[in-house]
Amino acid sequence: MNTLADAWSWLTTSANWSGDGGIRQRLGQHLFLTVVCLLISCLIALPVAVVLGHLGKGGALAVNISNIGRAVPTFAVLVLLLLTPIGGHGEWPTVIALVLFAVPPLLTNAYVGMREVDRDVVRAARGMGMTGRQLMLGVEVPLALPLILTGVRIAAVQLVATATLAALAGGGGLGRIITAGFNLASTAQVVAGAVLVAVFALIVEGLFEAGRLLVPGRFRGGGSG
Amino acid sequence: MTAPPDDCLARNEWLCGAYLSSRREILWDAVVQHLQLTAVSVLIGLVLAVPLALAARHRRWAAGPVLAVTTVLYTVPSLAMFSLLLPVYGLSASLVVAGLVLYSLTLLVRNILAGLRAVPEETRQAARGMGYGPLRLLLAVELPLALPAAMAGLRIATVSAVSLVTVGAIVGYGGLGNLIYSGMNTYFKAQVLTASVLCVVIAVAADLLLLLAQRLLTPWARRQQ
Repeated sequence: MNTLADAWSWLTTSANWSGDGGIRQRLGQHLFLTVVCLLISCLIALPVAVVLGHLGKGGALAVNISNIGRAVPTFAVLVLLLLTPIGGHGEWPTVIALVLFAVPPLLTNAYVGMREVDRDVVRAARGMGMTGRQLMLGVEVPLALPLILTGVRIAAVQLVATATLAALAGGGGLGRIITAGFNLASTAQVVAGAVLVAVFALIVEGLFEAGRLLVPGRFRGGGSG
Repeated sequence: MTAPPDDCLARNEWLCGAYLSSRREILWDAVVQHLQLTAVSVLIGLVLAVPLALAARHRRWAAGPVLAVTTVLYTVPSLAMFSLLLPVYGLSASLVVAGLVLYSLTLLVRNILAGLRAVPEETRQAARGMGYGPLRLLLAVELPLALPAAMAGLRIATVSAVSLVTVGAIVGYGGLGNLIYSGMNTYFKAQVLTASVLCVVIAVAADLLLLLAQRLLTPWARRQQ
């Protein structure tokens, strides 16, 4: 239990919070990476999934891409990107890897959400003379929203994890506190960094859970974790 | 002075046959370690998950805490998980196994529980009516019917474990991840690509094997299709 006390004192030392490579800077990097990459991934994945789901095409790909994403090690992709010419451009390898791993859950959940909309509702909307676009944006997307948001939540948690791993391949973020701790053979710093990362991830998950509880009941969905 | 050999190793190419032939033993050792770490973790996870899922199924009060704890565990990023276990296990293979057990446990408990909950109440009543005691009901009716969902969980847990073992490279027990890690530090493209591809091959092979096992274990599911 001595390590925990050491980790606590590391966390409460103000010198560790400020300056270059301090907790505050790493926290900012982690938050920035997570938010920016979540936005990019949503912009890429959600329109594609919504249109494919509306048309009912490309289902096999949309559903299987999650399995592919799971089989490819995040760490391997980070290192592979680092060794390509992209590797020389600062945070780009990290950003690309983050987006690559955030897209599959977004795509799969949004697609499944669109396909699971009650076919009777879709037929009724068509019978009322709705065009394809009205049907998609006015009926299907609102009804698919719970699963779309589940995908966003899974993607966000995945982003936090991948951003942490990026530290192994020289990226910025809270993971750097852990890797620096390993390099210094400082168990206290490793544990302190890990606690920061874990708390960050749990806050992200908690925010989505809170958001889910705040929205009206009909938008709540279980979805697959 | 002799000129350096002009082969793909010297040119540091991504694809390199000379790498495969000259490093066969290193690769083999890494693959064996990778398989061992994965198999041990998933098996321990399975042994722990079955009683937990049963407890959550049959003791109403246990379901909430079990699901909450597994969700929290799954949210913690892998690098942080391994780091949090560092004070307990030190730089050892047990650390990697313990971390992976916690992840597999989460996926397995959720899926086994979902499978058990999906057993129709009528089926259970019919079995009781035929004089099945609680143990026989569990072994002969509930567990077989929960098997497809449990196997789905086992496949996801195994594929995830294969991918996550690579992160164990941070403590020197990462199977193929060790090769990726050292390849990154020495800028050795052939090693990084070969190890990454082998990871994916192992994941896909394990997934197919488990799918085959599932088909053999649940002949009734095949007949229905």
